[in-house]
Amino acid sequence: MSAADWQRIDRLPNIYCAGCGNGSVINCTLAAVEEMGWTRENTVFISGIGCSSRAPGYILTDSLHTTHGRALAFATGVKLANPALNVVVFTGDGDLAAIGGNHFIHACRRNVDMTAICMNNQIYGMTGGQGSPTTPRGAISTTTPYGSAEPVFDLAELAVAAGANHVARWTSYHVKELMAAIATGLQTPGFSLVEVMTQCPTNYGRRNRLRQVSDMIEHLRTHALLVQKRDRLIREGKPIPEGMFVVGELVRRHRPAMGVRA
Amino acid sequence: MSRMEFMQGNTACAEGALAAGCTFFGGYPITPSTEVAEHMALKLPKRGGVFIQMEDEIASIAAAIGASWTGARAMTATSGPGFSLMMENIGYAVMTETPCVIVNIQRGGPSTGQPTRAAQGDMLQCRFGSHGDYGIIAVCPASVQEMFDLTAEAFNLADRYRVPAFVMSDEIVGHMRERVMLADTVETTPRRPLSPGRLPFEPGEDGVPGFPEFGRGHAAHVTGLTHDERGYPDATDHAAHEKLVRRLYQKIESARREIADYEVTNPDAEVVFVTYGPPARTVWQVMHDLSDPAIGHLRLRLVWPFPEFALAAFPDAKVFLMPELNMGQISREVERHVDVPVVSLPKLGGELHTPAELKRALEVHR
Repeated sequence: MSAADWQRIDRLPNIYCAGCGNGSVINCTLAAVEEMGWTRENTVFISGIGCSSRAPGYILTDSLHTTHGRALAFATGVKLANPALNVVVFTGDGDLAAIGGNHFIHACRRNVDMTAICMNNQIYGMTGGQGSPTTPRGAISTTTPYGSAEPVFDLAELAVAAGANHVARWTSYHVKELMAAIATGLQTPGFSLVEVMTQCPTNYGRRNRLRQVSDMIEHLRTHALLVQKRDRLIREGKPIPEGMFVVGELVRRHRPAMGVRA
Repeated sequence: MSRMEFMQGNTACAEGALAAGCTFFGGYPITPSTEVAEHMALKLPKRGGVFIQMEDEIASIAAAIGASWTGARAMTATSGPGFSLMMENIGYAVMTETPCVIVNIQRGGPSTGQPTRAAQGDMLQCRFGSHGDYGIIAVCPASVQEMFDLTAEAFNLADRYRVPAFVMSDEIVGHMRERVMLADTVETTPRRPLSPGRLPFEPGEDGVPGFPEFGRGHAAHVTGLTHDERGYPDATDHAAHEKLVRRLYQKIESARREIADYEVTNPDAEVVFVTYGPPARTVWQVMHDLSDPAIGHLRLRLVWPFPEFALAAFPDAKVFLMPELNMGQISREVERHVDVPVVSLPKLGGELHTPAELKRALEVHR
């Protein structure tokens, strides 16, 4: 099988806008799943609500497209009831960090064996571009027309603090690194969060002086700070440049996990 | 071997679930339902099942629904505030036709209300509480024995019709202790699997699709969006939506004779009590005290889908009296099916009607 064999061809075209980053994330995920040797019979994709959460509908496996914010709670039931199933959750910044925040921290704490892939485009894309808990301060959205006044959540650091066994962050530009990080997440017993900074040209870029898709991807590339470099800056007592986000593997560990196949 | 025990209603509810083969419980502590979860926490792990205490009631029912898709008989138990939180995911279970059992040990509401006192205030919420049109099944135990029997039966009904089934009990029956006969196993109707060549949401003649259990190679896509028989979203087509919602409604309503569960006492009576849940117990006492064949009793062990034909079992009825632990939620359902007066006898505050209160009502209304 190849990654293409995992797709529901009869559901094309998908709902994603031209230039959307979600396709890259789905491709990287399917490549990683394929690399793991998982089959369509023993793999389940689960999601909540939002653009990211439409992904399972395009994948040819059992899939549960659930309610807004609750995907990890549904996934906990699936995995604990049948640990033989491989469980992957697609979610977004609004789904995971806002309405689903409580389920997120408890999924990390329980460390149930699954991989959650968060497509963080820093906006509510499906509903037309409202501010989310990861919309940068000052950014324009339809509900922050004068610039967002709220500090943001760092989802990856939150997952580290809450106890996930594996946490990584990459961008839709870093496809090779992203694929490797997802594969690591799939291999790691316990909960894995792979956060992917991705572009929403329709509802974020055009309101925030990133009118071309290439500008958005370039923005992601130039604002990604490797975790090793950040650590070096800290060691040297130097300031971390503003507006940057950390990429790389933030943690890989072996806390006790639930739902691990015997 | 079956065994006789003296136990609490909530414990009997858990025992009924175990006898029915429940292997997954997701729950969150809430008075007065917590003993159901505690008993499942004690028993399920020893039987190879899964008990998990989730972070809230929203997650509890979500986990139960997720577990159900792996083929497990799954349940949750709660009371008013938790029940309100579950409403969105109850609609999801309805839309995705996920069998699951939801126990509500009702307490006084609205809001935090009376955590330790009984009520029947969620009878309409269980039928209509999630948005949109749909049908569900709800049983109402009046004794500890019925907590066992009807909880077990709720699993059969949920699987048979691929629908959430509610055990609408209350603090009185939940915390009451009585003698109960525990069957080791009960008659179970297994979930009908998806037949080869059929689509995941293609209904049989009874309007119920076969179940495409996860992990069996069906590649079933399950969504709360309006979907076609493949399970694929089709959220803007009016015909697709109408077809789906009518089927979800009709598969329950059209089966209500088959689903119905009620008792008729003194069918020639002129004055008839209609009860569900523990108000039946006061009526039993009144009928025992008065021993009058002109007093009838229709006791509903199952309230939804409403068995309106059961009212016709009393052709001479001149008045129906409805003692309920709410402001008359089901009396309105009775009213719309009969031509004679229906008198609502509401009781709020957590106590049952006394026999004297019901005898007074008889004097006034017969």
